[in-house]
Amino acid sequence: MAATAPTGPAVPTAPTPAGPAAPPPPRRRFRPGAGDQDKAGPLAYLLLGLAAVVSLFPLYWTFVAASSTGERVAQSPPPLVPGGELWHNVSTAWEQAELGKALLNSTVVAGCVALSTVLFATLAGFAFAKLRFRGRNALLTLVVATMTVPPQLSVIPLYRIITDLGWGNQLQAVILPSLVAAFGVFFMRQFLLEALPTELVEAARVDGAHSLRIIWHVVFPVARPAMAVLGMLVFVQSWNDFFWPFVVLTQQNPTVQVALSAIGGGSGHDINQAVVMTGALVGTLPLLLVFAVLGKHIVGGITAGAVKS
Amino acid sequence: MAPSTRAAAEDDSAAHQAAAHQAAARPAAKPLTDTSATPGPRGLRSRLHRFDVRASPYVFVAPFFLCFAAFGLFPLVWTGWLSLHRVDLLDPDAMSWLGLDNYARLLDADRGEQFRNALGNTVTIGVLSTVPQLLMALGLAHLLNYRLRGRGFLRVAVLAPYATSIAAATLVFVQLFNPDYGLVNWFLSLVGVRPDWYADTWPAQIAISTVVTWRWTGYNALIYLAAMQSVPKDLYEAASLDGASRWQQFTRVTVPSIRPTILFTAVVSTIGATQLFGEPLLFGGGVGVSGGSAHQYQTLALYMYELGWPSRQLGRAAAVAWSMLLILLLIGAVQYLIARRNRAPQEG
Repeated sequence: MAATAPTGPAVPTAPTPAGPAAPPPPRRRFRPGAGDQDKAGPLAYLLLGLAAVVSLFPLYWTFVAASSTGERVAQSPPPLVPGGELWHNVSTAWEQAELGKALLNSTVVAGCVALSTVLFATLAGFAFAKLRFRGRNALLTLVVATMTVPPQLSVIPLYRIITDLGWGNQLQAVILPSLVAAFGVFFMRQFLLEALPTELVEAARVDGAHSLRIIWHVVFPVARPAMAVLGMLVFVQSWNDFFWPFVVLTQQNPTVQVALSAIGGGSGHDINQAVVMTGALVGTLPLLLVFAVLGKHIVGGITAGAVKS
Repeated sequence: MAPSTRAAAEDDSAAHQAAAHQAAARPAAKPLTDTSATPGPRGLRSRLHRFDVRASPYVFVAPFFLCFAAFGLFPLVWTGWLSLHRVDLLDPDAMSWLGLDNYARLLDADRGEQFRNALGNTVTIGVLSTVPQLLMALGLAHLLNYRLRGRGFLRVAVLAPYATSIAAATLVFVQLFNPDYGLVNWFLSLVGVRPDWYADTWPAQIAISTVVTWRWTGYNALIYLAAMQSVPKDLYEAASLDGASRWQQFTRVTVPSIRPTILFTAVVSTIGATQLFGEPLLFGGGVGVSGGSAHQYQTLALYMYELGWPSRQLGRAAAVAWSMLLILLLIGAVQYLIARRNRAPQEG
């Protein structure tokens, strides 16, 4: 179990050795290369700096375009410093698409999906990691297999189910099919397998604790860091989900992505590209802010426990 | 004791486990509560306890499987059923049986042309986005694994694109790739090239692949980084003693050690590439669904949507959807075989 998220991923000091029996050798720092060569050279810094620029520049440029006039965006060479039209563009974008409603809708949808996914994934992950029951391995294989089925395969009947229920254009149409995620179950299982000592569960049993008590007093406290990371990942994923909301929602009740598709969908030369970029900025900013604040923890969560598959 | 013997007679592993738990529980519980003196409540409680131990795993995994059955499996099967019919989006109850005709149509020399075009586009865009993405992620992870100043910032920076949505990212890149005033062509014109990133097939596909690659490279790099950090250090020390250069250490130690993770990301990216929808849709602006003026970047998912919604032919759309699943299974099988073949020499 590598150092878990909230305490900070900052220093990946030597990850605990694979076997629990192996005595931890005295090491001060994790050393990737061999011997004394583990410090990054100038070339590494150059390449990483380049990667950071490539990663961040489109985001920066979105801001530049969003704060410009339409003409300024469309000149050649394009502007590279922000202009002064941001608030004007924001209000225009707000009028053209239901951005306020879209932001609220996305928050509700992503929040509900994240909460329920984390809850159910923790329960199932715990069962798969620490409880013995008949058919466990077969069911776990099934969980992993479901990850490979493209959701688009289910869209056509799902669309009918939703319209038959009268939920077309309603938020629950987006929330319900996403209440659980195979990835989440797998993620929590991998985490709990190592992070939760089996003796702890057995001791609680011996003391006569029933399952809900064990979940509440043993599993949740241990799993909290992984639950936080999973919640963030699912929130981001749900916030950015496009296909199904696009199919089932309309511009009257959109999520951010659906609203964005309307702003940008007109294309051609008749629409103000600065306003399009403003929409993109408004739709991305909430998540970028979350990343700016919690970025280290998210990164730590991904690098710590995400994939030990 | 009747319930207990009956449970054991069922030869149920869960029952055995419950019994084992009980056995473990008894000696420890005895000193605390004098259970032998009060047989009544204890019997009830232990029966409840046993039931709890046996049933709770199923209760815990049930939400996942119920949801998957309702919103995943059932619709999947239903899609297969629909694909054998002619179904109109506006009158979905009036289905007429076609058998495999929808599929035959996809394979037909003339009528399947758009399907084959979409299939080809999906493959090329998939390769163009997946291969460079994973290779760059591997390199980035290797670099991020060095002792670095500003490592935290660099990691967050490469992950930042992951926070953007398909819609936002595509709209931004549509601007950057604009043939007339986009930054990319402004740069390229310095060396005398001005590709038309919208109208020409290859430039358009490269542009769309760029959006995908930009969004996912950092995420994959962090997954690789996680795997690299659990590679035993002794391996590097041994390799170093044997005189392996850093590059040799990377190719002979790092990459083989994280092979399962590489396979995992390859499978996930392939699945993602097969489903590409939002990027080509929004890249096309107003003509989105057709995937470019000449379908030059229409993917399978886009074609499926065009058939199902604008064209209202749900049966044909369902056939395309199921073809996607079959193709995925095929790719999965190939990847599995490659993975197995690559592993074989190592073990032998």
